[in-house]
Amino acid sequence: MATNNRPLSPHLQVYRPQLTSMLSILHRLTGVALAIGTLLLVWWLIAAASGPDAYATAQGFIGSILGRLLLLGWTFALFYHLANGIRHLAWDIGWGFELPTAYTTGWLVVIVSIVLTLVSWVGGYAALGG
Amino acid sequence: MADFALPRNSKVQDGKTWPKPEGASNTRTFKVYRWSPDDDENPSVDTYTVDMDTCGPMVLDALIKIKNEIDPSLTFRRSCREGVCGSCAMNIDGTNTLACTSFTSEVSGDVKIYPLPHQEVVKDLVPDMTHFFAQYREVEPWLKTDSQPPERERLQSVEEREKLDGLWECILCACCTTSCPSYWWNADRYMGPAVLLQAYRWLADSRDEATGDRLDQLEDPFRLYRCHTIMNCAKTCPKSLNPAKAIAEIKKMMLERQI
Repeated sequence: MATNNRPLSPHLQVYRPQLTSMLSILHRLTGVALAIGTLLLVWWLIAAASGPDAYATAQGFIGSILGRLLLLGWTFALFYHLANGIRHLAWDIGWGFELPTAYTTGWLVVIVSIVLTLVSWVGGYAALGG
Repeated sequence: MADFALPRNSKVQDGKTWPKPEGASNTRTFKVYRWSPDDDENPSVDTYTVDMDTCGPMVLDALIKIKNEIDPSLTFRRSCREGVCGSCAMNIDGTNTLACTSFTSEVSGDVKIYPLPHQEVVKDLVPDMTHFFAQYREVEPWLKTDSQPPERERLQSVEEREKLDGLWECILCACCTTSCPSYWWNADRYMGPAVLLQAYRWLADSRDEATGDRLDQLEDPFRLYRCHTIMNCAKTCPKSLNPAKAIAEIKKMMLERQI
């Protein structure tokens, strides 16, 4: 029997998105985003060490609408990766594998990361006055 | 390596719409993946309309009715029709399950049926399971002992036996393994949830004396540690088992033997 032309059955194309897989890929994506975001942090620190002009340029970008949107994304990425990382630590000691528990902790991670993001931005604007 | 798109020869096309049963008022639409090795066509999705007044309640009943009354060329595996053989594992309504234990009434809208995901297709809903069972063989799924056999059977306490609950029930239908994105991208080296649950079934067996060898065989960045606790396996298992937990127990054993 010829086997060389067998098709590959559909996978991502047909598999239903569900909390289990979506939170997992979000963990990976936020991890990548945080790695890229660290480059921005490094740029900001180097600019601060280089002098007032360089610092003003970096500060200008970070303070712009685009810069603030990116920071908002990174704030969420940080809190999500942190919260879901703690969920992973629980799994590593063998806790939280029952499906109802995994769904509860999954939604908890989503809610906690959104709340922490909002709290830090509201707090930040209140403290710094925009 | 992860390849998110389907290869050129695997892209799914629109297929044939088969005639509706005459005079039927209570019908459901089934959209079923088709591919035949006998021509050079790409896979397609055929549309069948089934009279539910004369059809059993399970998705497998509908598939058998389609094969008997509408299209005898439709090909799928089935045997026990009661969830113990694992033959009719397929992707129904977006998740992997057994056609024989899935109620058609629990699917809303068109009933979409595909083969188990990311597998080589032999024909229609029949995937090639050769690699899956070769991986199963690799964990040497039998009792291994060095000690002298006792006069009668090797005994287990009730507590020791209870450790195998949630493991022995696995029917190797491959629903979990083919639901795992990590397995989709690394099936050549990652063992996948079903085989790892089976591996743990022997690691957890108080009578088995090859625990060290078994752990050695799994201690590898890919074989075991490609599990990233996505949990699709536990979500999809038609026997309500928890391969993710079994894999976590293996990871714990790996750690415990180092300290």
